[in-house]
Amino acid sequence: MQNDILVEIEDAVFGYGARPVLKGINLTAKRGQVVAIMGSSGCGKTTLLRLIGGQIKAGQGTVRVAGESLGELDRAGLYRVRRKMGMLFQFGALFTDMSVFDNVAFQLREHTDLPDDVIRDLVLMKLHAVGLRGAAHLMPAELSGGMARRVALARAIALEPSLVMYDEPFAGLDPISLGVTGNLIRRLTDTLGLTSLVVTHDVQESLKIVDYVYFVSEGVIVAEGTAAEIRASGLPYVHQFVHGESDGPVPFHYPAPPYVDDLRLGAQSA
Amino acid sequence: MLKQAIENLGNHTIQGVWRIGFASRFFLSMLLHSGTAFRRFGLTIREMYFTGVLSLIIILVSGLFVGMVLGLQGYETLQRYGSESALGTLVALSLVRELGPVLAGLLFASRAGSAITAEIGLMKATEQLSAMEMMAVDPIARVVAPRFWAGVISMPLLAALFSAMGVLGGYLVGVKLIGVDEGSFWSQMQGAVDFEQDILNGVIKSVVFGIAVTTIALFEGYDAPPTAEGVSGATTRTVVTSSLVVLALDFILTAFMFRGLN
Repeated sequence: MQNDILVEIEDAVFGYGARPVLKGINLTAKRGQVVAIMGSSGCGKTTLLRLIGGQIKAGQGTVRVAGESLGELDRAGLYRVRRKMGMLFQFGALFTDMSVFDNVAFQLREHTDLPDDVIRDLVLMKLHAVGLRGAAHLMPAELSGGMARRVALARAIALEPSLVMYDEPFAGLDPISLGVTGNLIRRLTDTLGLTSLVVTHDVQESLKIVDYVYFVSEGVIVAEGTAAEIRASGLPYVHQFVHGESDGPVPFHYPAPPYVDDLRLGAQSA
Repeated sequence: MLKQAIENLGNHTIQGVWRIGFASRFFLSMLLHSGTAFRRFGLTIREMYFTGVLSLIIILVSGLFVGMVLGLQGYETLQRYGSESALGTLVALSLVRELGPVLAGLLFASRAGSAITAEIGLMKATEQLSAMEMMAVDPIARVVAPRFWAGVISMPLLAALFSAMGVLGGYLVGVKLIGVDEGSFWSQMQGAVDFEQDILNGVIKSVVFGIAVTTIALFEGYDAPPTAEGVSGATTRTVVTSSLVVLALDFILTAFMFRGLN
């Protein structure tokens, strides 16, 4: 059973300077699962992803990916683990001076000695998987937001990783691209047998495709469960989030002095 | 008020020291990760096209005009002492010792340096450098080092072309337009310009300027806050800092190189 776990975080604590962002996170992701990390903006979701990618190190606690504790690895060790990872950045982060083809071929050229014709076939297969084989010759500037993200997805799976991380994959997409991206994440996870970690606040789209959900609020996991369990959750924060209510545990108003005092209504009546 | 001023001064000092430390680490890291720039020299050649070849027009045109002005001004001064035949010497020495490396350095800073900073800064702002890190590819080795060596190789070539165009400009104005004797123009130049003292020192200067300008441009881009204002501020700082550094280094190098000469 232990071998089924690809990502394991135990009591991870992290802060920027004196400001704590993650205050003791526990999370596991099994092989073949799509796991969503949800929470409102600024709650520490992306920081959590950066922790799993080894871009930052936990102040306390451990982060293990494929059995290796990231905090104990040197740069070479970290790069070795990262070859088993793919990451989809929020806006794709495609290399703007390279064509779509060269973007997807980038890792194959950097990390393998494969001949050009084999690389060509592999790249076209990855692009076909995301439906963009016909766009291989285009430059990133010629792509729509949804297409750029699909190319980035093809690039992320170029080396057939065990883990793919998605940072807000649904942000700013039209309904068609939204559905396409969601289906791609699920289909690639199933067909390639990888683990997908999706950081998102798009509840409806992600609940359609995920196996397990973690809710992060103020640096801690406040709820977890399957999509059905999350939909049925009675926790006020989760309920507000899933149903998109404007007021609740996350208040509509930014903390401020009493309204009456601010408008000096008390002074006028006196 | 005084306390605030002291705090600000302390803050600026700490920031300044931190930046110098970070820049030094950046420079060392760039040198240590230069293997890729030479093993896959195609990457460096590609960057030489962007930093060197695309700077050619401004360098050649500026060199020609500077040489033409030198021809006019030099003739005007030299003919007062009946030494107009030394025009070739004046033009050549001014260019290979000083104007070639310095002006090419300043033009290189504004044309190529600003472009390098903007490109690296935007790559950072659009998470392209982070994406590379996540693909287990070191951005210092893959992106920064090839640009550094491209700048270091391009700069002396550009300075040499600047000087060559300047000599041509001086010749056109001095010999063809004003009528200085062609034989004395070239022969005096040939006799007076020493390969080691003049040409080689000029080349050393331009290599040093190339290292300084490219390092500043790359560091500013790499260190730029990932916003539009951050990249624009970094680009401005590249041009200002590298121009001042070129002029300051020129004085220091000149003081060492030519102090024993008559």
